[in-house]
Amino acid sequence: MTEQTHEIRLHVNGVPHTATVPARRLLSDCLRHDLGLTGTHVGCEHGVCGACTVRLDGLPVRSCLMFAVSAQGHEITTVEGMAAPDGTPHPVQRAFRECHGLQCGFCTPGFLAVVAAFLEENPDPTEEQAREAVGGNLCRCTGYQNIVRSVLRAAELAREHPGAEPPGAGAAAEGGRA
Amino acid sequence: MKPPAFRYHAPASLAETLATLAEVGARGKVLAGGQSLVPLMNMRLAAPEHIVDINGVAGLDDVTVDAGGVRIGALVRHARLEADAEAAAAVPLLRQGLRLVAHPVIRNRGTTVGSIAHADPSAEMPAALALLGGSVEAAGAAGRRTVPAAEFFTGPMESCLRPDELAVSAHFPRPEPGTGSAFTEVARRHGDYALCGVAALVTLDADLRITAARAGYLSVSPTPAVLDLTDAVAGRTPDTADLAAAGRLAVGRLEPEDDIHATAEYRAHLAGVLTVRALRAAAEDALARATRDPRPAGSGSGR
Repeated sequence: MTEQTHEIRLHVNGVPHTATVPARRLLSDCLRHDLGLTGTHVGCEHGVCGACTVRLDGLPVRSCLMFAVSAQGHEITTVEGMAAPDGTPHPVQRAFRECHGLQCGFCTPGFLAVVAAFLEENPDPTEEQAREAVGGNLCRCTGYQNIVRSVLRAAELAREHPGAEPPGAGAAAEGGRA
Repeated sequence: MKPPAFRYHAPASLAETLATLAEVGARGKVLAGGQSLVPLMNMRLAAPEHIVDINGVAGLDDVTVDAGGVRIGALVRHARLEADAEAAAAVPLLRQGLRLVAHPVIRNRGTTVGSIAHADPSAEMPAALALLGGSVEAAGAAGRRTVPAAEFFTGPMESCLRPDELAVSAHFPRPEPGTGSAFTEVARRHGDYALCGVAALVTLDADLRITAARAGYLSVSPTPAVLDLTDAVAGRTPDTADLAAAGRLAVGRLEPEDDIHATAEYRAHLAGVLTVRALRAAAEDALARATRDPRPAGSGSGR
């Protein structure tokens, strides 16, 4: 059987893309293989590990639990779209670097997507809230201690530099809540 | 793993959806949030020939709160319902249960009606619907019907929905005045499926004595179990009621089974302990509501 394909248009990190994919192409695979955006990582492929998390209209979602054809008409933000246009890392990225919130880095893009969205809703979290926020993401290196510290440090950084948020994430989040 | 091949349908209207479902019949599956269906496909436990993606269908994403309760359209995501203050005020058990559904990221995409249609006996929202005595509105080529929760769930992952039908909405009735609610569960890890979960509704009269106590169970029966435990606690105040007796009554009526996650004995133990916890929390919730908004003066409208 020749598999039916679909011409799709995706909006990723503010840039329009087109791709020809079978309906079963997962959004995670489409980002990586069709669009070449390999910053999104694929771990368990059934929604448990969180490595593939991206932002869909500002909200973090598992890209391995969405078909690329279903992602049309939404604004997708991947780790490649987090830094400011001049290359300045997002406060969450800076915090993970400062606090050693990563070792091998495989799970990191998913954590960054979740934490960035979480801090927009909860700019001043307690440690308990920070811990719960990353509860749906698995990391096999760090033991999570430095990841929780990174979340709290990212909140500090964002408070120190209000408005330093890159335009993509914030605008998409507003759209997502409407 | 990767999902098997399928034909993709993206109807734009309910009429088109129903026509497509009628055409593909049992070879098709409805895709809403996909947080249960896509993992099953990725693991090759499900291989539908046709996927009918309803995300582009207009008119399925309304949350309507009225005197009768809360009606939720098929495309309302868990996260949105959880954030809806009006829905939480009308039926507090909704938010209490939604907070336990997987992780926030899953709730951003997963839909409440989809979870009900999936009919997983380990899921929170089917148990909430069953406990509240809610219903599902199903639309098909032959017309619409309203199915009470007690008839909707027919087995593990099985509902009475026919292949040509779409669950267009679910209705969660308001609990009667004087009722408090709670949802509690035990899972191995935060966000995992619960080994056992219990939702409870406790109703107090104007003298703050218990007039009704009911509990809904997940992960201990093939379909969501609902038990009336009023006999064990009726006429007592929340602090003098023998909640442990209610727990024993519940354990005697449930028949959990062994599986790889827990023995039947352990599940029964959890059901007893969690029944007590859920009833206590629901009774405290009812007391707090009575203090905040005493009857009969305040009929509950201001809140």
